[in-house]
Amino acid sequence: MSPRRAETGGRIDRLRTIRFTFDGAPYTGHAGDTLASALLANGVTLFGRSFKYHRPRGLLAAGVEEPNALVTVLRGEVREPNIAATMVEIYDGLVADSQNRTPSLAWDIGAMNQLGGKILSAGFYYKTFMGPVIGPLKGTRFWMFCEHFIRRAAGLGKAGTAPDPARYERMNAFCDVLVVGSGPAGLMAAKAAADQGARVILADLEANFGGSANWSGETIDGMPAADWTQRMVGQLEGNDNVRLLPRTTVWGYYDGNTLAALERVTDHKEAPAKGEPRQRYWAIRAGTVVLATGSFERPLVFPGNDRPGVMLAHAAERYVNEYGVLPGQRIALFTNNDSAYRSAFALKKAGAAIVAIVDVRSDVSNEMRRLASEAEAELLAGHAVVATEGGKALTGLKVQRFDARSGALSGDERSIHADSLLMSGGWSPTIHLASQAGAKAEWDPARQAFLPPKPTQRWIGAGAFTGSFSTAEAIAEGRAAGLQAAGGTASSAPLPIVEAAPGDPDPAPVFEIKAKGKSFVDFQHDVTAEDVRLAHREGFVSVEHLKRYTTLGMATDQGKNSNLPGLAIMAEALGKSIPEVGTTRFRPPYTAVSIGSLAAERFGDLKPERLTPMHDWHIANGATMYSAGLWYRPMIYGLAGETVEQAYVREAKATRESAGIVDVSTLGKIAVQGLDAAEFLDRVYTNMFSTLAVGKARYGLMLREDGLAFDDGTTWRLGDQEFLMTTTTANAGKVMQHLEYFLDVIWPELKVTVTSVTDEWAGAAIGGPKARAILAACVTGTAVDNATLPFMGIVHGQIAGVPVMICRLSFSGEMAFEVYSGAGYGTRVWEALIEAGTPFGLVTYGLEALGTMRIEKGHVTGAEIDGRTTARDLHLDWMLSKKKPFIGSAMMDREGLVANDRLQLVGLIALDNRPLNGGGHVVEKLDEANPHDSLGHITACCYSPALGKYIALALVEGGKARHGTRAFVSDPLRNRFGPIEIVSNHFYDPDGSRMHG
Amino acid sequence: MLITCPYCGPRDVIEFTYQGDGNRERPQPASQNLDAWNAYVYDRLNPAGDHNEIWQHSGGCRAHLRVVRNTLTHEIRSTTFARGGHKAEGRS
Repeated sequence: MSPRRAETGGRIDRLRTIRFTFDGAPYTGHAGDTLASALLANGVTLFGRSFKYHRPRGLLAAGVEEPNALVTVLRGEVREPNIAATMVEIYDGLVADSQNRTPSLAWDIGAMNQLGGKILSAGFYYKTFMGPVIGPLKGTRFWMFCEHFIRRAAGLGKAGTAPDPARYERMNAFCDVLVVGSGPAGLMAAKAAADQGARVILADLEANFGGSANWSGETIDGMPAADWTQRMVGQLEGNDNVRLLPRTTVWGYYDGNTLAALERVTDHKEAPAKGEPRQRYWAIRAGTVVLATGSFERPLVFPGNDRPGVMLAHAAERYVNEYGVLPGQRIALFTNNDSAYRSAFALKKAGAAIVAIVDVRSDVSNEMRRLASEAEAELLAGHAVVATEGGKALTGLKVQRFDARSGALSGDERSIHADSLLMSGGWSPTIHLASQAGAKAEWDPARQAFLPPKPTQRWIGAGAFTGSFSTAEAIAEGRAAGLQAAGGTASSAPLPIVEAAPGDPDPAPVFEIKAKGKSFVDFQHDVTAEDVRLAHREGFVSVEHLKRYTTLGMATDQGKNSNLPGLAIMAEALGKSIPEVGTTRFRPPYTAVSIGSLAAERFGDLKPERLTPMHDWHIANGATMYSAGLWYRPMIYGLAGETVEQAYVREAKATRESAGIVDVSTLGKIAVQGLDAAEFLDRVYTNMFSTLAVGKARYGLMLREDGLAFDDGTTWRLGDQEFLMTTTTANAGKVMQHLEYFLDVIWPELKVTVTSVTDEWAGAAIGGPKARAILAACVTGTAVDNATLPFMGIVHGQIAGVPVMICRLSFSGEMAFEVYSGAGYGTRVWEALIEAGTPFGLVTYGLEALGTMRIEKGHVTGAEIDGRTTARDLHLDWMLSKKKPFIGSAMMDREGLVANDRLQLVGLIALDNRPLNGGGHVVEKLDEANPHDSLGHITACCYSPALGKYIALALVEGGKARHGTRAFVSDPLRNRFGPIEIVSNHFYDPDGSRMHG
Repeated sequence: MLITCPYCGPRDVIEFTYQGDGNRERPQPASQNLDAWNAYVYDRLNPAGDHNEIWQHSGGCRAHLRVVRNTLTHEIRSTTFARGGHKAEGRS
């Protein structure tokens, strides 16, 4: 057992023991531990199996960039896979499992994949599974066959199938300054901005503010850096203008300085407190953003660099300084820069033996030599690690002489016994958010890193994010950024004094040691240096293609470790420099984001329900409701034992024989008022409205600008300058927007106001031979005889004491009236009409009967005005005024829109007396085996009680000329074939004698 | 993206409906010039940079706005009422 908990040191609470379960076994840790640090303290070295080769893997990192130690956290039935163990704070009762292993982590059957290394190289999916052009395995069929097995073997954790009972929240926040990252730079920025009076939000993805100060071992203002951060946080906490968001990952930087963040509110607790959500999504609109997101240490690429026990140097430093856990007893370091020397010193101080520091550079500075000797470490300058040894834990490594300039190895291999190898390949600023915000990262040859781009949005960088890797620089830049962001002037007040180990921030430009064996670039996706070179040999030269072909950087860690080493190897293969090869742009999210947090409270059926004023009456009286867009409308008022067809046939028949009433409150209603209202209607309708007399209504048709039909409805002239326009239910919103656009943008000189009044009016249409008598029985204040209320006439009166407006118009083809009242009185008027009508045999009817009667009459609705038909196609050309221009008039006569072979509206009668279906096709010759040559399609169909036949409306090529001819319906989806007759769409009462009375 | 409505102040883009290219010129209503109508109905500018657009504050005051927006950065340079500022010829 090599890793262990030190007796003292770290920022954990040794007095508080926490019990948790990993892979079914009980463990203990301390308050302040992550799952990673607690397991490491328990001597666990094996944390996971790799994606493709199932290689044993241990901890690489200590923070959010951890690629290997991914676990599934279980809470009751809910499994959350692919969480880095380094980001899981332990709590009593935590249950976590390792991933991608069968049956157990130690004995994994998939590990045999390592033997097939060549087959599983980059692009193996494409190469292995593209079948021949012909034959049983042609194309991708072989892949489809194998996919199931491969998906099981490769991959990460399994998501659960149980519904997530957790609650998520969504918050909008506004601030003057958002500080992302709470290391020394972020803390200084937040403090400086807060002192200026700015509204500040400070967010950090870790549980504790302080960033590297929590484990650097440095001294700030004479106290341990970690204590200094406590003091800074304490000062910020007292401010009303500061909001502190720990455990909050700012994961997206969007337009207009809008940032998205995820706060893990209770993931670290046994159970949420009352009212606490699991996670909270923050949409933050920031005046200025201070990016103090720090940097990531890079791994070095060498054979065996993925063996458990090989870790990033700073991660080991963090485990020992923050958690009091030593990752090994005999530790070797391998570096291309100075920062690892500080790590060696920290580990030595905590009680480990530093057996060697292997540095690729031959010219190591005297300061570093001194640090190495203080750590009692053998310094192997100008050497490189060429192999590691051990199985599920490291036992040793091999080194050779190395020339950093040429990359050449020489001399004999030398073995070193060690249980931990710490590596440092230099540092890359965490520029993800800046990259998301726009612009390209800039290569710094000295730092061997991409530095943030020039800001294209309002952000200011500070600290390691800018490539200033020392704490003193971070403190100075942080304060300057905070002041600038808050609009303050630069300060010359003294800065906190930092005591830190010296070090040159610039590494040697060495990314890879080329020796025999698998050298991993992307640990999580098992991409090796050889895979990158293979991709190059196969012709992938663009970095974007390289990424997709090898899947480098495409795992859940999104290349936080692998990005630059991968680029460097590709650049070398191409014989280009790294900036010439370029980098890929980072996209949101920075880390994985739960879908639950994005949805927050918005789940389930989000559609509002629109109910007519008479809705409750319909329900109480046996209506089967039907959702039409957002509206709920009665479909039928079925009697016991009736089928839908029986119900609508009964309703339609009764209406034509005596009378029926239907709720038409859903029709769009727009008040068009003003001096130029009539002129405006002349422009938007194809027919004339200025000639319409007050107290009369007219059927109107609107076209779109391109000359195709748009919407129809009746418009009533209530006064000289006042009209009530009705639209189809479905198009009410669109028509309103259309009218507003023309009034506001195109014809601002017209003095017209349009107001949506759909919800102000309740409407009931009552039709049938007895309709007039029923009205006469209940309407007061006006006569309803033919002279007072002629076809398309309007009268005002009362029903049950409620003022009503009655217009005689017909959709059903019967003598019919639309009765409008204030919405609040709709049910009262409706009930009075039904009471008056009952002696006359009045029935209520729903959408089905409404549709049946309109099909019998051949009226069009949205099924025919489908955005492809013209007025002529629908036989509405009589409505196209030649006396005036109107919207669409210029475009409607284009060649293609007036051709004879266009689809035109016709009626169909089923000659085999079987139902027709909407969407069925009309053909001249029936060929059931190979349906083809459609002449058109059915738009609406029903059983017609008036005709005693199954009928339909259809759009058929050159339709009018086909009246009286026979054809066939061809509906292969529903296996409905049969003879039909094509007739006029006016099936019933074509001369309108019934409605004119 | 925030659009500053001259009536309502800065509001989130979800309150607005895009109503198209603001550079289109509607021919005189009685014009029979099909080319001009064609250009008006179908042609849209699609610049990489500043674009003159019409937006409606459909979830607010319902006014139409002329918004100059950079299509590369989504930066909004100006927002004014569309009313009266259109190039339409149909005005008396």
